[in-house]
Amino acid sequence: MPDINRLNDAILQGDVNTAVAATRDALAAGRPAIDIITDHMIPAMDEVGRRFECEEYFVPELLLSARAMKAAMELLRPMLAAQGSQPTGQVVIGTVKGDLHDIGKNLVASMLEGGGFGVIDLGANVAPESFVSAVRDNNAEIVCLSALLTVTMPSMKLTIDALQSAGLRSKVKVLVGGAPVTQHFAEEIGADGYGDSATAAVSLARTMMRAHA
Amino acid sequence: MTVILTDGALGTEYQRLGLPVGSCPDFWTLEAPDRVYQVTKSYADAGSDAVLTTTFRANTVTLAEYGRAADTRAINVAATRIARDAAGPNKHVFGDVGPSGKMLIAGEVTEADLRRAFSDQCEALAEGGVDAIVLETFSDAAEAGIALAAARATGKPVIVSFAFDTGRNQDRTMTGLTPEQAARQMEDAGAAAVGANCGSGFEAFTALCRRFRQVTSLPLWIKPNAGLPEVTGGTLAYRSTPEQFAAAVPGYIEAGATYIGGCCGTTPEFIRAAAAVLQSLRSVQATA
Repeated sequence: MPDINRLNDAILQGDVNTAVAATRDALAAGRPAIDIITDHMIPAMDEVGRRFECEEYFVPELLLSARAMKAAMELLRPMLAAQGSQPTGQVVIGTVKGDLHDIGKNLVASMLEGGGFGVIDLGANVAPESFVSAVRDNNAEIVCLSALLTVTMPSMKLTIDALQSAGLRSKVKVLVGGAPVTQHFAEEIGADGYGDSATAAVSLARTMMRAHA
Repeated sequence: MTVILTDGALGTEYQRLGLPVGSCPDFWTLEAPDRVYQVTKSYADAGSDAVLTTTFRANTVTLAEYGRAADTRAINVAATRIARDAAGPNKHVFGDVGPSGKMLIAGEVTEADLRRAFSDQCEALAEGGVDAIVLETFSDAAEAGIALAAARATGKPVIVSFAFDTGRNQDRTMTGLTPEQAARQMEDAGAAAVGANCGSGFEAFTALCRRFRQVTSLPLWIKPNAGLPEVTGGTLAYRSTPEQFAAAVPGYIEAGATYIGGCCGTTPEFIRAAAAVLQSLRSVQATA
């Protein structure tokens, strides 16, 4: 019986090779993909989040853990699709128009994926219309908008306005984040939520899904 | 008391002059030099002893994102000359260098990429004639170390400033670096001054200066932003006032700051208010 706890440790240490090997061994031993995710990957990423909250981990550690998790997830994705399992929720994410920064956005995307969400990443410098069509085409329940520059924060409001005009605003929860963004700002522009870190984004997205249900 | 008043924000001032949201201000050094001159001169007129070049994003890695890596030299040289013309005689011109925006640890760039990017930029700033180079808003000690080595190779003094905006007490950089670690590492690597910029308001910078002072005797550089902006009617508004900035200045000096200026959201009015405070402190000192 392979030691599946190696997967948890590998994710915590950001060790891509061990994470992939442990996942492959578990699959070979007959563990269902969904169990590997639910029993190991999600708890490991939750622990990464906890360490981040306690300031034991910072962004570099989060990035490395997310990378190990994603590498393991690549092995499982085809099986999940074949079994028809549904993700926790469908998320569309991107950095808003005018802003080319994607470190925070990439991290949130990885953490959401680690949290069991289906994530469509539109990249950086995403126009409001592109968010609108991605939300519509994928029946997204959540859209996450990122900005690092204070000067591009107004693009968040423009994106929310575009969702409104397209008649999608009531169907999708809008979450915003990024260094200059605050709770107050989120409320002012009519977003549904604000997270001050990638781990906060995951809890927020889970709360939003419960509200959806 | 040796205090050098630097300038306030450039990007937010350019937006007031019509720079569209999301456009890179550095391109204005080639495309709207008159407006770059105007903003820089407004700081010199307000009392800045030193002004920064409009080159925060003008390294080859970041410019490549806009498809304009080939303009690296032209932007940095032009920006330095405009700043020099606008500042006039007897003022310092500091070449501004920001981080690449890519994570070394995540493999988004290599050390060699960064070395080349910062060398190209710093050489052009030196060619344009800056008096010193300022590395601003850095988070990662490894990237700052590479930029510092590239900047030092020009022979100019180099100031290294980090953004402490993470953690429960907002006293870590994004990568977890503390003020003490940042100051020690940059001093060891040959920085001429160390400091902090950006952040989330004026108050935190007094404590940051005290913490730097515990571990280094280098001159300290600070450039706080005017708090975090709020949106009113589609435009950004900063709530902090020039008076609040001026009120914070004596505390900064007390805590050991040498270079004092403002980051995002500060304007020539903030610098004018700080200059008035410095003027009165100097006259008190002269009569004492």
